[in-house]
Formats: sequence, structure tokens, C-alpha cells
Amino acid sequence: MLIEQLSIFVENKKGRLAEVTGILAKHNVDIRALCIADTTDYGILRLIVDKPGVAVECLKEEGLTVSLTKVIAIAIPDTPGSLYKAVDLLAKHDIAVEYMYAFLNPKKDTAFVILRVEDNEKAIKVLTDGGVALMKSEEMYTL
Amino acid sequence: MIWNREMETMKRSDLQALQLERLKWVVNYCYERVPYYRDKLDKARVKPDKIKTLSDIKYIPFTTKDDLRDNYPFGLFAVPMKEIVRVHASSGTTGKPTVVGYTKNDLNNWAEMVARIAYAVGANSDSIVQIAFGYGMFTGALGLHYGLEKIGATVVPTSTGNSERQLMFMRDFKTNTLVSTPSYALYLYEVAKEAGFPLDSYNLKLGLLGSEGCTPEMRDQIEKTWGMFVTDNYGLSETGGPGLSGECVERDGLHICEDFFLCEIIDPDTGEVLEPGSTGELVVTPLTKEGIPLLRYRTRDITRITYEPCRCGRTTARMDKIKGRSDDMLIIKGVNVFPSQIESVLMGIKSIGPHYQLVVRRKGYMDTLEVKVELTDGSLLDRYSEIESLHNNIKQRLKAVLGLDAKVTLVEPKSLERFQGKAKRVLDLRNQ
Repeated sequence: MLIEQLSIFVENKKGRLAEVTGILAKHNVDIRALCIADTTDYGILRLIVDKPGVAVECLKEEGLTVSLTKVIAIAIPDTPGSLYKAVDLLAKHDIAVEYMYAFLNPKKDTAFVILRVEDNEKAIKVLTDGGVALMKSEEMYTL
Repeated sequence: MIWNREMETMKRSDLQALQLERLKWVVNYCYERVPYYRDKLDKARVKPDKIKTLSDIKYIPFTTKDDLRDNYPFGLFAVPMKEIVRVHASSGTTGKPTVVGYTKNDLNNWAEMVARIAYAVGANSDSIVQIAFGYGMFTGALGLHYGLEKIGATVVPTSTGNSERQLMFMRDFKTNTLVSTPSYALYLYEVAKEAGFPLDSYNLKLGLLGSEGCTPEMRDQIEKTWGMFVTDNYGLSETGGPGLSGECVERDGLHICEDFFLCEIIDPDTGEVLEPGSTGELVVTPLTKEGIPLLRYRTRDITRITYEPCRCGRTTARMDKIKGRSDDMLIIKGVNVFPSQIESVLMGIKSIGPHYQLVVRRKGYMDTLEVKVELTDGSLLDRYSEIESLHNNIKQRLKAVLGLDAKVTLVEPKSLERFQGKAKRVLDLRNQ
């Protein structure tokens, strides 16, 4: 139920993002989801890709600082209140969310939410028990 | 591992007698042969016969780098050019180069000093030494070159640049000793990691690193990466190049070749000679130089000299690693800052690489210091809080050491400039 996410340290410089995504393109890595959080000087680019192993390897080879983290992805209906339901479950069970990002799958009227929480195992149990669908890694990579 | 037992373990009283004899010679030599010194000594009302003891040196006016520049190129030479067999020039880290000339005797003496400092850290006829200093006007490469040949080492004069080829020779020749700047040794390691050969295909055991400062923390880092014993040596082109002093295997200070140099420590502001054991500016009087003799040359380097005997058996005085060049000292918001202090702090912090850059700016009437370091530890990326705490940790440690707030900027690995010669890590933008 856990999905591998890349975190890449990127300086706030023109063209830097193009270089990073260029490396991935060259190695035929397909990006499934991404988010960037930035500060004044640098940002952290978080990516879900189809081949996390290859991606880490080629980015490191180019000298980038990269790490892999295990995150959870849930699939919820694209309707008002769905996200509330999922997040509320976590809150009630005292599970803190470090960060999250979401994207739509228009074909299926579904939204996917990537969640980074402190305790993955506990979160998976709470969400599953509460009727929230979790994505398997293969599903995510081949979306 | 003592190359010249007679000179390096001489009784101090005998050594001082030898120094006095040579000091009298050099003062007289300058007075007789170099009009510039004659004028200067006459103005100061010092005749050569005023020098009766070593401490009488205090009557002699200082010589500075500006004096050498003002007499560019050969104005301070004491012999006709036909007796000069080699010319070198300073690397010009700070301004116009200064020119030095060597007689045959000067070159022989130079090789002798370098032989001593190289032999003192374990170099010998079994050494295969790659000299990755730039050959040319710079004294470093040729200075080490002849000293190492003198002790019978195999010298591989690769010079700087072309790091891939540098590493190829290192593997194929089984090079066991490296001569380079500390920063180039670190850079070579980065290249070696990417060159695709296992690191055990390199055979480095000893590093004679010099020509720029190296804090103990940076030295540890180089030792950890290459797995070699790293030693420091010192000299400056004006006094004849490397060989003025060097560490022994105890690495408890740099032994000064005192039969060739008389060293003093002065207060850089007042010029007053300080008590033994005090920290201040190093002033050097070479005792045997014929080509371009110098009297009380102000090095601008800050250090301390101890006259206690060393565990290695040598009786020569030892100077501390250079704390900083008074020219390098930055005054930021009125606080004296040596880049070496910052380096010491940075080397003690995990998660960042060994390269750094200091940028000083002026906003209005306020100076600001920015310290750029490379973030190398990917495991911090998962949580901002971890990067923040690294950031704050660096800031606090800098504040504790420097007493001022620095802006710390984390940059990507390999984004800071690498240097093959002297590292230029300070970017002072205040006068622009």
C-alpha cells in the first residue's frame, strides 16, 4: 500500500527545473504526480514516477541531492466532502499529516491524494477501516 | 625521519649563534649591495654593526610586499642578473605579482629545506609523488619538485588541470604521495568517485598539501575521503617559496628551518615584537638568500611560535598552522572574521559538503555575510523541519564562533566553484 516518492533539493534558479525534468526525460521516466514547495532560496520537488529506482539513480549520478520516502495514496470520489471525510478520520485518530497533494483523474471521477504521515501503518489501518480506498504502488505507477 | 640531523637537532644555543652570525651577514649584505636597504637603514640610523644580538633585529625597519612591488621587477636583487639562475613571481592572490630571483646557492638551499619537510612526514626514495601544483611562475610546484628529487622520490610533474588524466596516472603509476592544495585534493576525490574505478585502485598514503590554509577539520575530511596522512607545510614566494616550515609526523606545529630563517611574531598594528608564545603576525628574515635578500619581511600571516622541543626530537621552533592572513581577515560590522574560523565550523557539520563560499555585501551602512554550503544529505529532504534545523544549527554555530549573524544558504551539490590552485572562497562585494 506504500508508494515511493522522490524528494529532490532544487535551488531557486532559472532553468533548474528544466534541467531536473530533462534528466528524467532522458531516462524515459514518466511523472505521475508532482508538487513543489519553495522557500526564498530553494525548493523541494516531490515526485511520483513510474520507475522510482531508475529516477533516483540517474538524478544522483547528475549530482543532485535526492531521497526516497514511502507515502500513502488514497483514491476518493470527486465530490464535496470526500477529502474532509478522509482527513477527519486521520485527525480523529491523532495522525498528523506532514504534507499532502492531490490530483484528479477525470476519466474515473476520482481524486487521488498523496499523504505523508508520521505513522504509515496506523494511517493505512484507520483509512481502510473507515472505507477509504488506498492505491497500490503498481496502480499508481501505471495510472 | 630526520633528513639533516645536524641542523634539525642542533642545541638551541648553537643554533642561535649560527643565526646571529648569519643575521649579521645578511644585514651587511643588504646594506652593501641593495641601495634601497642602504637608504632605509641610513634613515633609521642603523648601521650593520649595530646588530650585536639576535634581538637587535628590532632596530631594523620592516620590508613589506609593497616594497617589492615598488621595486618591480628586479630593484631589490642583490646580484647581477648573470648570477640569477631562476626567477619566480608570486601567484598574485592580492594584486600585482612580486618577483623573486635565485642564485645557484639559493636553489640548493631551497631544495634542502623542502627535502627536510618532505622527509619529516615520511616521503623518501620509495615515494611516487604526483605534483598537482601549477608549474610556472608559482614557486610551489618547482619548489617541491627539487626538494623531493633531492630525497630520491620519483616525481610525477602532472601540474594542475585535467583531473581525469591526473587520476589515470595516479592509478597506473601507483602514486602514493600527492602534492596539491587542500581544496584540489577534495575536488580530485569527487572526480575519482565518478571516474568509475574502485577507490582501492588508488594508492595514496601521504598528502603534502599547501599553498592555502587548511583547518584541522578540513584536513580530517581529506584524510577520511582519500585515506591518506595529510600534512601541512608553509612558505611564501617572497621568502623563497615552500620550505620555510613544515609539519613532522607528530603534526604539532610546523618546524621552521631556523638555520635559513629568523622568525619573529609582532603586533600587526603597532609593529612591536611580542613575547614568545604570543599570537601575532609572522615576520621573516631569510638568513642565506643571495638573489633577493629580505630584512624583516612582513608576511601578513597570523600565527604563534613555540620554542619547546618537539616529541620528534627536533629542536627547531614550531609555528602553528596559519590562523589567517591578515589580508584575508574580513571586518564585518566591525567584527574581525577569519575565513578559517568559518571553515572550522562548517567542517564539523554533517549533511553538508566540504566546499563553501563566503559573500560579503553592504546594504546601506550594514555589512552582511552570506555563507553558502552544499546540502548533500538527501535524508533531510523528507521534512522541512529537518532542513530548517540544519540551517539553524549552522547559523547558531557560526554566531557562537564569530559573534555575528550570517545568512546561511543551502545550495545544490557541485554548484559552488571548485579550485585547482588557491581556493578563492571569499567574494567581497562591498566596494562595488
